[in-house]
Amino acid sequence: MGLDIRLPIGLLFSVIGLLLVGFGAFGDKVIYQRSLGLNVNLVWGAVLLVFGAIMVIFGRRSSAIRPGAGSSSVAGRSADER
Amino acid sequence: MGLTSIDWIIMAVYSVFVLGIGVALKRYMKTSTDFFLAGRSIPAWVCGLAFISANLGAQEVIGMGASGAKYGIATSHFYWIGAIPAMVFVGIFMMPFYYGSRARSVPEYLRLRFDEKTRGLNAISFATMTIFSSGISVYAMAKLMQTLHILDAPLRSMGLPLSAGFHISVIISAIVVLTYILLGGLVSAIYNEVLQFFLIVAGFLPLVLLGLKDVGGWSGIKQQLPTAYTHSWQGMSSPHTNPLGVEWFGLVMGLGFVSSFGYWCTDFLVVQRAMAAESMSAARRTPLIAAIPKMVFPFLVVLPGLIAISLPAQRPGLLPSAHGIEAMQGEMAVAGRGLIPPKINDATGQPMLDANGKPLLDYDLAVPNMLVHYLPTGLLGLGITALLASFMSGMAGNVTAFNTVWTYDIYQAYIRKGASDQHYLWVGRMATIFGIALSVAAAYAATRFNNIMDFLQLVFAFVNAPLFATFLLGMFWKRTTGHAAFGGLLSGTLAAAIHHGLTLPVGAVTGIKGGWLGTVHTYPSEMAQNFWTAIWAWSVCMVITILVSLVTKPRKEEDLVGLVYSLTKRTSEGNLPWYQRPEALAIAVLVLALILNIIFW
Repeated sequence: MGLDIRLPIGLLFSVIGLLLVGFGAFGDKVIYQRSLGLNVNLVWGAVLLVFGAIMVIFGRRSSAIRPGAGSSSVAGRSADER
Repeated sequence: MGLTSIDWIIMAVYSVFVLGIGVALKRYMKTSTDFFLAGRSIPAWVCGLAFISANLGAQEVIGMGASGAKYGIATSHFYWIGAIPAMVFVGIFMMPFYYGSRARSVPEYLRLRFDEKTRGLNAISFATMTIFSSGISVYAMAKLMQTLHILDAPLRSMGLPLSAGFHISVIISAIVVLTYILLGGLVSAIYNEVLQFFLIVAGFLPLVLLGLKDVGGWSGIKQQLPTAYTHSWQGMSSPHTNPLGVEWFGLVMGLGFVSSFGYWCTDFLVVQRAMAAESMSAARRTPLIAAIPKMVFPFLVVLPGLIAISLPAQRPGLLPSAHGIEAMQGEMAVAGRGLIPPKINDATGQPMLDANGKPLLDYDLAVPNMLVHYLPTGLLGLGITALLASFMSGMAGNVTAFNTVWTYDIYQAYIRKGASDQHYLWVGRMATIFGIALSVAAAYAATRFNNIMDFLQLVFAFVNAPLFATFLLGMFWKRTTGHAAFGGLLSGTLAAAIHHGLTLPVGAVTGIKGGWLGTVHTYPSEMAQNFWTAIWAWSVCMVITILVSLVTKPRKEEDLVGLVYSLTKRTSEGNLPWYQRPEALAIAVLVLALILNIIFW
């Protein structure tokens, strides 16, 4: 299929990561009593942001190499059909 | 519940992406193969993640957490024994026939291998089952939204009664799922399942990490709970020395062999994900890739239940009340355990007691309570989004399996043969609308007649139990005939019903739990009864199929090429690097599963 799934996954997690990081950095800190005093929004938001960015980079790289193609193992496919 | 705007924004962002994926895929849906089989073009890792996510509905997430709290780490048997070996088997031995025969569905494989009546039996029972499963998924979601009072604040501000929350949840989820399947077919469903997989990890991993830190890690849990809860195999020699109430033979044969192989190897809902793969080797790798995250899922979904029950009693759990979620107080806190509240009698508002006067615990609230207990607003929104995503993809998975079986195996087979591909594509879209409407109807039926749903699930269990015997014989014994397969399936289902009718779990009342033909045997637990029902059904189906095959005329060998093991050329994976070969992956997966079993022995 023409859409590499890594792009939407990467974008979704980047957006969620950014939202959480922003909220963790500027929001009220009282809410972190629940999470054992850790600012989990900031920390986990950053983790998700990194993950999202990596997925976007990989997704873009593969669609740049083969425009319009799926994502991986085109080689595997032709090998099977041989 | 204390959701704030950040939580709502996260849920909204998720819905935009879900619908966006559907819109982006619309232009690729040109033929019925695109719509029903994703054009057989999906890479193995994507199919693999969809393969497990299709099964990881939210009932599973909530249910496994509940079992974790109730039975402890032994719940992981449902993964390490009850899934991994079957996933390896379907990848290595069965996928060559499913994918290689170019069948478009599991019932269609039965048509190619056996005959029309065997296909019809399987197609009709499977289609009915998917509708009800999808309906139960919708019902469970709407119910959870109500229990957690998620929609209360918005409803109040709009001046609507709180009871409208149920209808709103059902309608919105139905519309979202309908839209993205109509637009992008199976690809949409698969992509959203992959999205859901990452959301579950993103939402539950911080929960587990925080919980573990709080209770002092695995050793902290061990200190709090009796040893039976932290060992998966110790005490399995007798049903009376382990929390599951099953002995090892019933567990390994009933769960590990019959039920698990019956589900992972024959259920079109999961097999469809592998059939969408871009090549034979990708199809074979799909269940094997899926097995790797499946193996570690107990840490994400079972562990929260164990943490919830091992938290010290002075930390009162939370209890849903008329005003939203509140800390349990006084009597309630005493009756509950850890974060698990007692079951409340709706009429009296008092904790419900068992026959010994001890309070019954509402284990299903283990996971939701953990989310509310540890996650602050922000991450809480992500956790709820993960649950919503798995409810919706639970529904979408069933609907995509339904529309395919309906179109190819019922409509094209019995109603209108030989129409154009565009016509079947249109029928598939109509079947999607129809399937979702029926699911919603089933969800409402569940609110009225709870017993009917229990009854139907029981009947489905009877129908499913013998299936694997038929596939095993069909794929590996060329002598097996169509009459034998059909007769075997019917007698296996009958055997399951008779076994259920003659036995009863200890302490249960005759009726839906069994014993309606007169109780001749009592099992130590309901789980043991279920496993043995499956074992009986499978064995009877196996024996009858063999006997009937021996007295009926077999099909010509040349008709069975590509459908039976001994008549099919082995696929050669010689040109793939070793780490991409299914066999190498299979061995790695089995070794890892063995190690996990030994660690948590």
